[in-house]
Order: sequence, then C-alpha cells, then structure tokens
Amino acid sequence: MEPLSKFAPYTGWVYPNETVFEWSVLIAVYPYLTGLVAGAFTVSSLYQVFGFQRLKPVAHLALLTSLSFMIFVPSPLLLHLGHPERAFNATLTPHWSSAMAMFGYFASFYVLLLVVETWFAYRPYVVEQAQRRQDLLGRFYRVLTLGSYDLSDHAMSYDRKWLFALAIVGIPGAHGLHGYVGFMYGSLKSREWWSSDLMPVIFLFSAIISGVALLVVLYVASCKLRKSPVDVPCVKGLAYTIWGFIMIAITLEALEFASLVYKGREGIDMIMEYVTGRLLIPYFVLQFAVGAITPFFILSYMIWRGTTGRTLVAGVTLSACLVLFSVFMMRWNVVIGGQEISKTGKGLLFYQPLVLGKEGLVVAVLLTLAPVVVLLGLTRLFPPWVEAATSSPSAGEAQ
Amino acid sequence: MDEKDQLEGHEKDRRQFLGRLGKALAGGAAAMAAGAVLPQATAATGEAAQATPPAIPDYDWTKHRWAFGVDATKCIGCLRCVEACKIENDVPHNAHQFRTWVERYVYLEGEEHARIDSQQDPVNIAASGSEEHFRFADRYRDAKVEKAFFVPKLCNQCTHPACVQVCPVGATYKTEDGVILIDHDYCIGCRYCVQACPYGARLFNEEKGVSDKCTWCYHRITKGLQPACVEVCPVGARIFGDLDDKQSEISEFIRENRVHVLRPETGNAPNVFYVGIDKEVL
Repeated sequence: MEPLSKFAPYTGWVYPNETVFEWSVLIAVYPYLTGLVAGAFTVSSLYQVFGFQRLKPVAHLALLTSLSFMIFVPSPLLLHLGHPERAFNATLTPHWSSAMAMFGYFASFYVLLLVVETWFAYRPYVVEQAQRRQDLLGRFYRVLTLGSYDLSDHAMSYDRKWLFALAIVGIPGAHGLHGYVGFMYGSLKSREWWSSDLMPVIFLFSAIISGVALLVVLYVASCKLRKSPVDVPCVKGLAYTIWGFIMIAITLEALEFASLVYKGREGIDMIMEYVTGRLLIPYFVLQFAVGAITPFFILSYMIWRGTTGRTLVAGVTLSACLVLFSVFMMRWNVVIGGQEISKTGKGLLFYQPLVLGKEGLVVAVLLTLAPVVVLLGLTRLFPPWVEAATSSPSAGEAQ
Repeated sequence: MDEKDQLEGHEKDRRQFLGRLGKALAGGAAAMAAGAVLPQATAATGEAAQATPPAIPDYDWTKHRWAFGVDATKCIGCLRCVEACKIENDVPHNAHQFRTWVERYVYLEGEEHARIDSQQDPVNIAASGSEEHFRFADRYRDAKVEKAFFVPKLCNQCTHPACVQVCPVGATYKTEDGVILIDHDYCIGCRYCVQACPYGARLFNEEKGVSDKCTWCYHRITKGLQPACVEVCPVGARIFGDLDDKQSEISEFIRENRVHVLRPETGNAPNVFYVGIDKEVL
C-alpha cells in the first residue's frame, strides 16, 4: 500500500474530505490521450471521407497513431482504480445513468472499428508482404490476410467502399468517445468550474487540434528520421486544419469563461481569485497565450504571407508543439483545477503531485510517451508511407 | 414439404428472427436512452427497485422512511459525534477523512463573512494533539466575536442522489427506507461519486480501495438502535427517526420547526433537515 501523501494544503474553507485529492494527474492524461485519438482520426477522415488529397501522406499514419494511442487510453484509468480487477463490471453490469459506464462500450467499439479500418487500409500491403516473404514475418502477414489475397480492381473498389463507410462511422465514434469525456465533467453539478454545457464541445475541439498537431510533429519527425523530404502541401493542409479548428476552440473556451463570469453564481469570487492568482500562469499564460493564441498568430501570419518550404514546416511544427502543450494544460486545468477550487466556493486547495508511485508524474509521462513507442513498432510492420496502401474513394475514382 | 416451401419457411423464420432482433435492439436502445437521458427519474424510482433488500432478521425496509434532523442551535462543538463515528464505522484513522464532521462559523466584529473551520483544520489538530481525538482550538479567545455557532454535517441521503446517478457499476444504491449504501465488494474505486457529491460527504478508503460514506449507521438503525453520532450527542443536536411514524422525534422535529436543507438548488433533495443554520452554511 502506498503511503497516503495526497493530503492537500488549502486556504479558506474547504470540506474536510476534499483535502484528499481523488483524481490525480492520470485523470488529466486520460482525456489527453482520448483527445489525441479523436484528433488523429479526424485527419484520417478528412482524407478518407472528405477527399482532402493533400493529406494523403499522413492518412495512414493518422490511423496508426489513433490505434496506438487508443491502446493506452484505458491504462490511466486502470492505474487509478481502487479495484482494477473489477473494471469490467462497468461493462458487464453497467449502471446506465452513469456517464462513465458507457466508456467500455465506446472504447471497445472504437478499437474494433480502428482495427478493421486499419486492416482494410493495409490489405494490399499485407497481401504483397504475405506473398513475397518466406520468413516468420511472412507467416504473420499471411495470417493477417485472413485468406483474402484478391487485389483485383473489383476487390479494391469493395475495400474502398468499406473504408469509406468505416471512416464515416468512425467520425461520430471518435468524437462521441471524446465528447463523452467532456460530458463526464460537464454533467457534474458539484463544481462550478466543471458544470458547463459547453464542456463536451470544448473537449471535442481541443481534441481535434491536439490530434492534428500530434500528426504534424510525428510526420515531420518521421521524415527527418527517414531522411525523406517533407511533403509541404500536406503540412500546409494540416496547418489549415489546425488554424480552422483552433479558432473555434479558442472562441468556445472564451465563451465558456465569459459565461461563467457573467452568470456570476455562487463561488464565482473564489474562481476569480483562483484564475487571477494560482491559475494565472497555467490557464491564461500557458494554455491560452502561449499554447493557443501564439500558434494561432504564427499560423495566421504564415497563411497570410503565403510562407512555404522549410520556414512553413518549421513554423507549423512549432505551432503544433505549442498546441499539444496547450491542450495538455487545458486537461490539467480542468481536472486538477476543478479540484483545486473547493466545492464550498470559499476555499482553494493545492494539488501536490507525487513524482513516483502508480499515480505519479513519472508514470503520467511514460503513459503519454508509450503510444509513440508502440507507433514506432507499428510503422515497422505497416509502413504508413507506402504507396501500396489503399487510397480514398475519391482518389480511387480519379485513377 | 417441397423445396420451395422449405425455402419460404426458412425465409419466414429469418424474417421473424430479424423482426424480433430489431424489436429487441430498439427496446434495448430505448431503455438505454431512457436510462441515460432521464437519470433523475432512474435515481428517483429505479434505484431502490433494483436493490436487493439486506438480509436482516425482523427488518422490512419497506416499512420505514428514515430521516435526520440537526438542531444547530444546540450543538456545542464537542465533536464526540465525530469520534464515535470514526470508531463505530472504522473510518480511516487520519484527520482528513470523515463520515461526519462539525463546522464552526464565527463572525468577528467588522467582518462581513464568517470564518469557518472544522476539526480537520491544522490549528485544531495541533490543539487536540492527536489525529484520533478531536477538539476545536480556542482560537478566537482574544477576538471580538459577534456571532458563532456549530453545524454538524453528514451524508444527506438525498432523494435524487448525484452519487448514485454517476456510479458506473451501481455499487452505490438507494435503499427502500431511504439510505444510500455502498456495496464494498462491488465498488471499483473510480471515485466519480466522490466528485459528484456537492456536499463533500464522500471519501475514498485507500486501504480498502473503495468509496465510503455515512450510512446513518445502517447496521444499527435496522436493529432498532440510533446512529452512533445521535447516541453520543450530549445535547440532542442530532435527531434521527422514521418519517412513517408520525409520533417519532424526527417527525415532530420537522413538524414543529421551520427546517432547511443544504443546497436545495442542486435538485438532490437532501433528507437531513436543519434548524438554526445561517446564510453562509452550504
């Protein structure tokens, strides 16, 4: 048993039981990961469903990224549970009025969808490898073909239809998964900081920008590692995507804050003291100014000036890193910030994260980085940059 | 039966099966939607019906409707209730987690808002010199106190409990006699209920890995005893009883006083009724 070192110092008046911080940094990592999943899937859908051809170089990377991160989504929750061995009770005997009970269904459905979609997307490559390789890996690919070696035009057109359909179903799937995470907080009436109808939508848009930003970073890094040229139109396409969605994300966050302040319900004095005090740097400076407004201006400037080439790639990558940071800060400010404002509305608590331990900072960082390692492995087995991969229906028609 | 008939028969069977499947799915989806969209209705009606009555000899939970009263004008802040509760219910032995607690409100001259503390305040812990025995420090001895009072707090056993609504596995549920219980053998320890309670009445037992809360000493009241905190209160500030019994002390307390509940705006409809609380009490 780990020592109880979660007793939080406080100022003002807080309920005694609140001095134990129940939702740790891992609960901030959880929505961060689901957000990255949803955002990366958005990019894949933009190509597969909406025919954004310039996103083709990252379309398959997007699918693999989504899958890699999705595998790790349950881990912060499992590490957090008092009885992780009972986790499946939520799926086996769900309590329907609980937002949390839906997680198992949303997550399972979405993982299945991702696996099937990835299978269709990589079928040509898998078949080709299965036929060419004679080693152990060849056997692996032969199993993955599921006995289907047909790559005729007819079969490929069938595959494309499936991909299209799966990508369409995946849009509400991925966004539903993340919107529900926002609902988990927004639906609680116990905390003024969380209790907002806008919360699911805010989570959704911040998810989209974080996923697209992640793809920018992963794509540029992968090009550097493979010493291959970066596809500038693709990066520009991703930049436009972030730029468009970040405007909505910033507006929604601003609206929510404005509405919270304007309504000025009980506890608003403490919230104002908090956001202008301890939360000033994490919220206004890091999340908004550095993480959201700065990349918005960088992207706006580059789009306005028609920047291209290496400068564009550098600018977009920098913006993407800032966005990734901003969205993590947003998760932190919601999850931890919400608990730092007492339910009494008359006091503030101070979260002191553990460094070690199963809910410590080290585990949180490892969990955030682990999907990247898995992704690295997956890209070895299923290179997302091969031309053999199935293209989108619109591309198929054009051929 | 010739081949054509057989095929038609199969076709008919399949249509019937698909029809039934469709109805079942639609019914299931409707039930899920009703559960998700109308959680309050579920909390109000469904929870108790789903719960299995406890196997307690000579006790019928349909024949009681428990309620709790707090007369804050009587409380002297001796904290015997807090200590009794800790012992009776094996509440974690620390000065941070409580099933019941007492709040002290002190208005000093010239100050607009009350100064509020509870037994867990470091100054009070220092005064008691122990994390097992509690007392309020005499911290306002030299100040000019305009008004001061104590308010005992505990689980409100709400009629529409937010904690029950959010529990992903139904480990916490409302009994027919109106108490919210937790099945410690089923709780997964997600702590969503702790977050959802607007009153801060829930705690997480780290050692057992489950959520915990006041049950109005359900193990005692179902045997005809009073909750431990009520039993030890030397001034009768805590009143407990059965609303179905019009002659009970709690029925009389509610009938004869103008009672308040905490945070009525949450829609939780608490069942702890207060007398003598002030505007700053939440």
